[in-house]
Amino acid sequence: MHLKVNDESLEVAVDAERTLLSVLRHELGLMGTKYGCGEGNCGACTVLIDGEATRSCITPVTSAGGREITTIEGLANGDELHPVQEAFVEHTAFQCAYCTSGFIMSSAALLDRNPSPSDAQIQSALSGHICRCGAYGRILKAVKSASGEGGAE
Amino acid sequence: MTTETTKGKYNVIGTRPIRHDGYDKVTGRAIYGADIKLPALLQGAVLRSPHAHARIKSIDTSAAKALPGVSAVITSADFPGAHDTLIDLGEGAINFRYASNNVMAGDKVLYKGHPVAAVAALDKNTALEAAALIKVDYEVLKPVSTVMEALKPGAPIVLEDLEGQDLGEKIDGQTNQANHIRHEFGDVEKGFAEADIVIEHEFDTAMVHQGYIEPHNATATWDEEGRVTIWTSTQGSFPTRRQTAGILRLPDSSVKVIPLEIGGGFGGKIPSYLEPVAAILSRETGRPVKLLMERTSVFESTGPTPGTWMSAKVGVKNDGTITAATADLRFDAGAYPGSPVGAGMMCVFSCYDIPNTRIDGYDVVVNKPKTAAYRAPGATQAAYAMETVVDEICQKLGMDPLEFRIKNAAKEGTRRADGPIHPIIGAVETHEAAKASDHWNTPLEKNGSDGKLRGRGVASGYWFNIGLKSAVTISVNEDGTVALTEGSTDIGGSRASIAMMAAEVLGIPAEEVRPHVADSEGIGYTDVTGGSRTTYATGYAAHDAAQDVVVQLRERAAKLWDVEVDEIEFANGSYQSKSDPELRLSHKELASKLGSTGGPVIGSASVDPEGAGGAYSTQICDIEIDPETGKTDVIRYTIVQDVGTAIHPSYVEGQMQGAVAQCIGWALNEEYFLNDDGAMVNSSFLDYRMPTSLDLPEIETIIVEVPNPGHPFGVRGVGEVPIVPGVATVANAIHDALGIRLRTTPMNAGSILAALKAKK
Ligand code: FES
Ligand code: FES
Repeated sequence: MHLKVNDESLEVAVDAERTLLSVLRHELGLMGTKYGCGEGNCGACTVLIDGEATRSCITPVTSAGGREITTIEGLANGDELHPVQEAFVEHTAFQCAYCTSGFIMSSAALLDRNPSPSDAQIQSALSGHICRCGAYGRILKAVKSASGEGGAE
Repeated sequence: MTTETTKGKYNVIGTRPIRHDGYDKVTGRAIYGADIKLPALLQGAVLRSPHAHARIKSIDTSAAKALPGVSAVITSADFPGAHDTLIDLGEGAINFRYASNNVMAGDKVLYKGHPVAAVAALDKNTALEAAALIKVDYEVLKPVSTVMEALKPGAPIVLEDLEGQDLGEKIDGQTNQANHIRHEFGDVEKGFAEADIVIEHEFDTAMVHQGYIEPHNATATWDEEGRVTIWTSTQGSFPTRRQTAGILRLPDSSVKVIPLEIGGGFGGKIPSYLEPVAAILSRETGRPVKLLMERTSVFESTGPTPGTWMSAKVGVKNDGTITAATADLRFDAGAYPGSPVGAGMMCVFSCYDIPNTRIDGYDVVVNKPKTAAYRAPGATQAAYAMETVVDEICQKLGMDPLEFRIKNAAKEGTRRADGPIHPIIGAVETHEAAKASDHWNTPLEKNGSDGKLRGRGVASGYWFNIGLKSAVTISVNEDGTVALTEGSTDIGGSRASIAMMAAEVLGIPAEEVRPHVADSEGIGYTDVTGGSRTTYATGYAAHDAAQDVVVQLRERAAKLWDVEVDEIEFANGSYQSKSDPELRLSHKELASKLGSTGGPVIGSASVDPEGAGGAYSTQICDIEIDPETGKTDVIRYTIVQDVGTAIHPSYVEGQMQGAVAQCIGWALNEEYFLNDDGAMVNSSFLDYRMPTSLDLPEIETIIVEVPNPGHPFGVRGVGEVPIVPGVATVANAIHDALGIRLRTTPMNAGSILAALKAKK
């Protein structure tokens, strides 16, 4: 089938019932997207499909065919990291960082449709993500600083 | 907010540089255990028991073996049978024979999820399909799930060969009581007789899981020379090497462990589950084999922290002096002995100076997964009992709970109830900082919106912290940067804190230290990242290795200028001659001259420091309860903690906030929910609900720094004590809101509603 991942057009031969997560990781070697639960409950596997944050672990690969898929590896603009990526580093918005790709992808999608979200809007956009290291406060700060409001601390 | 006593004392320590692995972590570049790829790699699957307790009558693997694409199917018969040897893993001991039975069941399965067979195949689906074709004939046995049931005469016996102990005596006959130990000091009867008020209560707490988001994983190859290489995410390459070697009956030196990035552990990634299984599959197939755990199995088959039954009794005089205290802590160990009850006993009374104490601890086996360390293992449960009793006492006395804690606080020289004498500790300073906090001084409006009820709770906790072994080498590059090699796997930013300590000694910026976590053959023996020991002990080793570099660089400078070494002094990052001020080179300048003065300089250190300093945390929590639904919202939370010296304050605060997030979940929601057959029924993130951003307020942190004299920079451990008082803090807030004491966790909406109903 045909997949468009991080601006590249690819032909992959895969079983129709495979998940997008499994194809990204095992067929395309895009290991930045993580498995945490496989049931849509933790957000670690979040990617963008046509700009929308989507849990790849419960997305059949067939439903992503022909659509724009962006993973953490494709979020930067060339050499320039996405502002959310920069902000996560600056605000130490992670400990173990296993949840980080997922949080970053959802945050990027949020800022794309709403460049200046309120705290409540950020929290609700990220409410499907679990960070067991409990970095929520820092993640909120990071997303805020990457938003239209700029780096207000 | 920070009460930083070290401000201005150091150049690097106390600053907040960007962590060295920061960009790898936001670009997907960091390689975690599941990300490893090898040529000819096979995928594995593990078949697990659906029963909590059953005898395995037979296993038929023929259909699985016959499936095209399957390379090997193994059971416990393929394991060598490990020796009955007890080893210490840093946060708890294991017996190799039990550990081997835990990774692959022998004649009995002891919990739902216990592995019974494993498969290696060309791809994951084939492996899963083959596992489903394995026929296991079980004789289902009655399970026993709680400590108190397991201790009853006639209870189902979990381990038929367990030799139980009671106060040093062997128990006759079969038992689930692995051990009963006691610490006694003074005369508790006399102490209670002197008391004006005596309060005693019983408690039950549910088993909970660490909940790291990255599931366990292991990839192994077994080569022609019998050498095993393992790629995994672990809290310690060397402890993983020991466990794997012990289970496989190989010399430690035949096993090499390559640690990859680790997606959380909190103590739960100290034990090995998949590593020995992947190794045997590789031995059978001659190819590398990868095993990845599913979320369900992480809950059902890896070590949570014990459920408990506890009682605590405290006597005080009317002036608020504690005269005596006793505690009885009974912890479920899971399927094999080794709960953290000993650590709970070390902590239960250690916030206080109590003249007469007795602590009983029971380690009890039950049909649940073998417990593992979880952040200050055992101490959180113990603090729930002690700190809620103390809260009730303060209320009876009409005494401010922080004043009470300051009055009775353990200090330097106080004897801990289990024996050791406290060195310099920061209990009083921690309580004082809590007392001075904005939170404590801002009265809480007791009535919330829409008839909601509010309450404030406070509690304290202690964790002893550990030292153990760490090694570090530092090699100086010609451009003046240094490469630092350590054996401590980095769960939450320890690369940064370790590098900062080396930078401080060498007089260079943190960014010029390049930290690297080596495999078990790339660095000297290093114990687990656990016990709050990494920044302490590996930091100690980094300090000493950097000092070693300084000694060698002084020698090089002496050689360069043809003077005696004693002539060279090192100050402010420069090497200079004492007598000739013209002779002066910065670290960087001198580094560029190493090639012509004898070649590279490598400093090294291997330490086993004894001076780990205990740590205290005091926490304040405001909650709001909806009496209609029983739902509790935490509306404000402040954590105060003595950290010794905060090396990288952002990561210290991160540990404090992360622990609070976990203990709020523990207090209000989390539990292993078992059905009548003893099987866990909520083994998904949906049903085992952990806090998300919507469940937590901003967690305010107050760092207190009472430097630990047992560390060159005063470091105490940071990662564990912040969870200790949390469950008790929430319980005390619930009492303040409702006038009801809940002595069972989780204190969820259901139990709050039931308690409100009972009160009416
Ligand atoms: S792995 Fe997809 S939501 Fe958890
Ligand atoms: S940083 Fe570890 S789970 Fe979020």
